[in-house]
Amino acid sequence: MSDLNTQAKEKYHNNFLKEVAANVEEGDWVKMCMQCGVCSGSCPFGPHWAHPPQEIFMMIRAGKREEVLTSDSMWMCTSCYNCIVRCPRKLPITHIMHGLANYAHRLGLAPKNQPTRQFAKLFWNNIVKTGRVNELKLSLGLYFKDGLASGVKTGMAMSSVGLGLVKAKRLNPMEILGGHGCKDIKGIQAMVKKAQEIEAKRKGFTAA
Amino acid sequence: MADQKIAAYICQGCGLGDRLDTKALAQIAKTDGKAHLIREHEFLCNADGVATIQKDIDEGVTHVAIAACSRRAKTEAFYFPTVALSRANLREGVIWIRPEGDEHQETTQEMAQDYVRMACAEAKRLIQPGGNPTAARNTTVLVVGGGVTGMTAALEASKTGYQVVLVEKSSQLGGWAGKLWKRAAYKEPFADPADTGVAEMAAAIEADKNIKVYLNATVAKTDGAPGRFNIDIATESGSVTQEHVGSIVQASGFNLYDIAKLPELGGGVNQNVVDQAGLEALAKAANGGAIKRADGGAVNSVVFVQCAGQRDDSGKHLSYCSGTCCLTSIKQAMYFKDQNPDIDTIVIFDDLRTPGNGEDFYRSAQKKGVTFTKGKVAGVAASGNGLKVTFNDLILGDENATIDADLVVLATGQVPNSGVNIDEKVEEGVDVKPISILNLNYRQGPDVPQLKQGFVDSHFICFPYESRRTGIYPAGPVRRPMDIAQAMEDATGATMKAVQAIENAAVGRAAHPRSGDLSFPSFRAEGCTQCKRCTVECPFGAIDEDEKRFPVFNEARCRRCGTCMGACPVRVISFENYSIDSVGSQIKAVDIPDEFQEKPRILILACENDAYPALDMAGMNHNEYSAYVRIIPVRCLGSVNLIWVTDALNSGYDGVMMMGCKHGDNYQCHFVKGSEIASIRLSKVDETLKSLNLETERVQNYEVAITDIERVPQLINDYAAKIQEIGLSPFKF
Amino acid sequence: MATKEYAFYPGCSSQPGASASNYLTSVNSMCKTLDIKLNEIPDWNCCGASIGYAEGGELPRHAMNARNLALAEKELAGQPVVATCAACWLSARETKERLDHDSTLKSDANEALKEAGLQYNGTSEIKHMVEVLIEDFGYEALKKPVVKPLEGLKFAGYVGCQTNRPFGIQGESFENPVYLDKLVETMGGEAVAYDQKVTCCGGALAFSEPEKAQKQIKDIVESAYDHGAEMIVTPCPLCQANVEIYQGDVNKRYGTKFNIPVLYYSQLMTLAYGGSAKDAGLNGQLIKAPKLEAFAAKK
Repeated sequence: MSDLNTQAKEKYHNNFLKEVAANVEEGDWVKMCMQCGVCSGSCPFGPHWAHPPQEIFMMIRAGKREEVLTSDSMWMCTSCYNCIVRCPRKLPITHIMHGLANYAHRLGLAPKNQPTRQFAKLFWNNIVKTGRVNELKLSLGLYFKDGLASGVKTGMAMSSVGLGLVKAKRLNPMEILGGHGCKDIKGIQAMVKKAQEIEAKRKGFTAA
Repeated sequence: MADQKIAAYICQGCGLGDRLDTKALAQIAKTDGKAHLIREHEFLCNADGVATIQKDIDEGVTHVAIAACSRRAKTEAFYFPTVALSRANLREGVIWIRPEGDEHQETTQEMAQDYVRMACAEAKRLIQPGGNPTAARNTTVLVVGGGVTGMTAALEASKTGYQVVLVEKSSQLGGWAGKLWKRAAYKEPFADPADTGVAEMAAAIEADKNIKVYLNATVAKTDGAPGRFNIDIATESGSVTQEHVGSIVQASGFNLYDIAKLPELGGGVNQNVVDQAGLEALAKAANGGAIKRADGGAVNSVVFVQCAGQRDDSGKHLSYCSGTCCLTSIKQAMYFKDQNPDIDTIVIFDDLRTPGNGEDFYRSAQKKGVTFTKGKVAGVAASGNGLKVTFNDLILGDENATIDADLVVLATGQVPNSGVNIDEKVEEGVDVKPISILNLNYRQGPDVPQLKQGFVDSHFICFPYESRRTGIYPAGPVRRPMDIAQAMEDATGATMKAVQAIENAAVGRAAHPRSGDLSFPSFRAEGCTQCKRCTVECPFGAIDEDEKRFPVFNEARCRRCGTCMGACPVRVISFENYSIDSVGSQIKAVDIPDEFQEKPRILILACENDAYPALDMAGMNHNEYSAYVRIIPVRCLGSVNLIWVTDALNSGYDGVMMMGCKHGDNYQCHFVKGSEIASIRLSKVDETLKSLNLETERVQNYEVAITDIERVPQLINDYAAKIQEIGLSPFKF
Repeated sequence: MATKEYAFYPGCSSQPGASASNYLTSVNSMCKTLDIKLNEIPDWNCCGASIGYAEGGELPRHAMNARNLALAEKELAGQPVVATCAACWLSARETKERLDHDSTLKSDANEALKEAGLQYNGTSEIKHMVEVLIEDFGYEALKKPVVKPLEGLKFAGYVGCQTNRPFGIQGESFENPVYLDKLVETMGGEAVAYDQKVTCCGGALAFSEPEKAQKQIKDIVESAYDHGAEMIVTPCPLCQANVEIYQGDVNKRYGTKFNIPVLYYSQLMTLAYGGSAKDAGLNGQLIKAPKLEAFAAKK
């Protein structure tokens, strides 16, 4: 268990609801859930959530900290925003799920090989490097996330798609050499770093 | 009667003149109707038509038969209060429900002719009511109960200019509300508990010269009728005072369901398990400080158990939802959170019911950090110095979830304080203390009849606050479970009805549904066999018995339904404007074709409240039905005396259809029991039919709602087909 | 009508050689006809998309978007920011909503932006290209330049998620938005009614959870087929890519034989406005649209 994790637990005296309210994006809304379940029923990946949003909210209130943060449920969010527009209590559910996933990820509790978690990490690193998405590197990174062997296999399976895109001029093999990017990449990276620092301070991510 | 002068008017408007031979109708009015004066008019309800009738009346006409539209139409134009009036329904009842065309002309015309005969026959038997001889005006309202409902009723009556006698059994005003620390939010922004306002109300009552308050007092006896009630008020000291009042508001409130019946939830077993009243007492004692347990212990965690002993389908406890306890628990959780946000407050609910702006109040509690958990509590047991609540977590699927708490509040429900159930139908799980509230000195029992679960029957579908005892209006939680805001609204409504009852009684007018009717039942004592059917069957307890068991009619209690008239086996009861004869003569006035004509005649006795309007509306929609029916509106199926049915069959009708309102628990009968009584009476007709060698289908009973606009014509046509099938009656002469 | 100018935020996928480059081609053609001048925000960066949250967190993501908006405020003052990509538009709008309503977040973001020499004030309006068309032009005005109505062609208007929720297009319902159908009809085509109009295609999870996403894609394509559509049309690059690219995989997985072209509204408009197949970027279709190619070749 990471230091950050222990620290967070102690700070909130095991009151997970308070912890979520303070540290998770839009987490203050969790207490407003009225348990109707419309979110769970509206989620396109609903059946694949071990604990759909309604349950996640109840688990937070019941103090089931480890179960929530180690769950891969939040990682099933496709960001379709169906839950948000249908929630009768107007909870920003999509954001809360993103926030919980991010929090679990930061604390090191999120499931290790969760593919969406890995993809998200790749994606962010990809964009922070140049300021813009490098789609080729992103896809290659994803295919090789499980190591070289399975990467080649996935890569082969996807090669027809890739070739098609190249032919349609919608994937540029030259991107491997650098590709698109922002001019002020230094400024962007400094900005992101600063933002991370501020956020870490606000959410108690700085190890004491 | 020698001085009768009957005038018949045949209208030609609205297509009547085109569809019918009005000249022939006029002729019928003369030859068969024996009218002294007959006029045809091209448009009877216009100014000229009305003036014509009025002129005739001024010149000596005493009885008017108008052959035009339904008796439910043009009532303002055809308002002639000084004469007896009957109506032949030729528009909605004939031309609008019959197809045009030569092949239909004969039967349509026959229908119209019969209605003219019937209207003339009826008019002759009507007398304009002379008014109630016992009319009395007393402008004092008795309010029974000094809680929020009773206090509101008293203040509202006083504001309207009436006097009030308020009887409260305890030593102070306020009732349950007076025991509250705060009440749930009732106005914008619906965020925080609010002051109850009880002290202000009590002070206002004390300062009100129109209101006389009896504390520590109960109603020992109520007799009389609206406008002339005599009330014996017994005080704790033993003295009895008599007050005279015009009407009564019964605001006797509720008791909380006894938590001692919930030992599995710690009720009555553990002193740290309290009901909502118990928590209010603790909050009052804390007076804004930290709420402590009865043993003085601190409360760091409190669990509210919703639906304790309510919404129970096992039959052990209350089966209904009291509808107020969720908001109360939310409010009580706020007591803790507002004082100290670190106190854990958990509300375990199955369905949280927060009607209206209660939803904002619920949200406010969530903002304050009250936790709401969907679950069913299985048990509450002592654990160390506190309690352990075991529940089935309905969201997380944990059947044995537990929460520790220092204090547990059971949200038990409201049990009406409605006195004696005079129908002696004790429902299981309902604890009705058999102590009478009103001690009515009525033939039918000491309290207002109940409907379900011990709540008084206050017929809220159509006429809120109306009980089956005219001039007595229940209000507040004795009618149904409710909170302060609802009770105050309820009290205002009931007070309005009480005031209305006083003014009706003063001039001998009936309360609705026959509001304004000045007739009243009279009876010929010489013919009475003291059988008591009328006194037993009256749905309104209007008839008492004297020492010789003759009926004693209390006109001001009577709703003019005629159930007594229908009940009387010797037919000695009648109204001036509605009698065995006024209907019987219509039945006999119909021209029954001989058997060779193969034209059946079907009599329909239709309730004037639902079935007859439905028939009229069927006419407005031009929904056709058989030309063989002859329809007579009746006040209520309860008023149908079996002699009418027997007479009809004897005079050659081929069938009788009775159309009344739905009866049973969800009754729609405007006179509560009329249609039910009629169906009981009719169940005995089958044997009579068999003894006459007639098919039982010849008399049929139907439940008809006012909305049955499509169904009623269908029923008629099906029945007409049925009659064709079984053949004409052998009793044609 | 005077030229309308906008601060243009094309987004990563619209760059040359990226997955939605054909979208940009057709948008440019369409804008030419409508006399819209798109001034690209200089040195814009990625919005973080829907998947940026996990590693990026809250503030860094808002900072990224705020940077684009700050650049637009500075370099293209007074011009509404317009995005063609659903995710770009959504992210930018989300950031604007949050920063404009949360002063702490705004000052935090500005503290970070200082590192890049910029400041966010919140003065720019943010629009999706579809909003520009509907609100700034209107269906009547969009109809005027139509020289070749798409008569006889049947399209399933696939709105998807992010142009529809949580903000959506003004006046549209979340459950049944009709703007895309109306655009199709304005161009003379037929919009078929089908029941997967706002179903999620799986979004970014098409990469990480292919099986689950492909079930979504299958439902969408199947319903479009079943209701008689010859082509699918969408306003979102990720919807377009997912629904088009994975049809082959879906066919393998479910034994189906889907082969339905997936286009952008701007491609239809370019063609209806008389543009060539090249103007419309039809060469960018992975699943070719022969009916449209024939239509484009027709004089």
